[in-house]
Amino acid sequence: MENLIPPEVPFELGPHRFQSRLFLGTGKYASYAEMRDALALSGTECVTVAVRRIPEGEAQGEQFLDFIDRERYTLLPNTAGCFDAELAIRTARLSREMLDTDLVKLEVLGDKKTLLPDPQATLYATEALVNDGFTVLVYTSDDVIQAQRLESAGATAVMPAGSPIGSGQGILNPLNISLILETLNVPVIVDAGVGTASDVAIAMELGAEGVLLNTGVASAKEPLRMARAMKAACEAGRDAWLSGRIPKKRYAMASSPEPGVLGTPV
Amino acid sequence: MNSSENPSSDPESKEVLINGVPQDWREAWPISELLLEMGANGPGVAVERNGEVVRKAKYETTFLFPGDKIEVLRLVGGG
Repeated sequence: MENLIPPEVPFELGPHRFQSRLFLGTGKYASYAEMRDALALSGTECVTVAVRRIPEGEAQGEQFLDFIDRERYTLLPNTAGCFDAELAIRTARLSREMLDTDLVKLEVLGDKKTLLPDPQATLYATEALVNDGFTVLVYTSDDVIQAQRLESAGATAVMPAGSPIGSGQGILNPLNISLILETLNVPVIVDAGVGTASDVAIAMELGAEGVLLNTGVASAKEPLRMARAMKAACEAGRDAWLSGRIPKKRYAMASSPEPGVLGTPV
Repeated sequence: MNSSENPSSDPESKEVLINGVPQDWREAWPISELLLEMGANGPGVAVERNGEVVRKAKYETTFLFPGDKIEVLRLVGGG
């Protein structure tokens, strides 16, 4: 029966193609093994990683990268933790050297408490990295005009936050997300704020091309089960969006036919 | 030797900064050797010298200068 539904087209980001529209972070898991299993259960094909200094005298223990199947997952390095454009640009260049990738999830943060992006610095860094040949996926707030500016600057995808990073508050302003989706031509990936599976479904039902999340899975009581829930929500939300939902109506509309109800006059 | 021009380093210093930590500089000290000493010679590592990425192919021919600021980074879990 599945073949009665037209097949989904792969999601394209620059030269990269994905079947799954779920992007998962690799931070905050209790162990590398748990991370590996959560990634597998989520069905993701693209995972984010961070770039950090090697600590002095670090013991050679389990290596993070050994738990990520590079055949299965595309690595998307981020510039998380960078509070100015220059540091973010340097971090992106280092990650390119590490991974031989053009992909970067650009974050330039403006404030430690909210982790909201610095709009001007984000725009500046986007232009610089696009000019340097990067495929820039850029984290932004849900500001519609800023999203347009980032598209004009050459971003390959724009990634508005549903709510602050790691807050689990879901999609706080669906109107703004839908306005961004309406006005942009590049893919929009909702990034940050996902607390539970319905948040992913809501983002996808709004028409987002994808959703990126980390804490919602990694910090759930059962990360593996939540990873599976996120996969189902992403697929359900995408199918619901493609199906075309019914308009909301003010009054009831019976699903069963009116004529022939027992006891009604003939 | 790598290019002798090294505008960002401090010629008065006899130290190098490795990930922000000062270390005594020594002669004929290539990036490749530094990485070995740090146990950071595997894949998934990148090096910056005075704000510029050092390409992997140049690790053996790029020598540390006094006053250099070296950053050695690797990938960790993140969102």
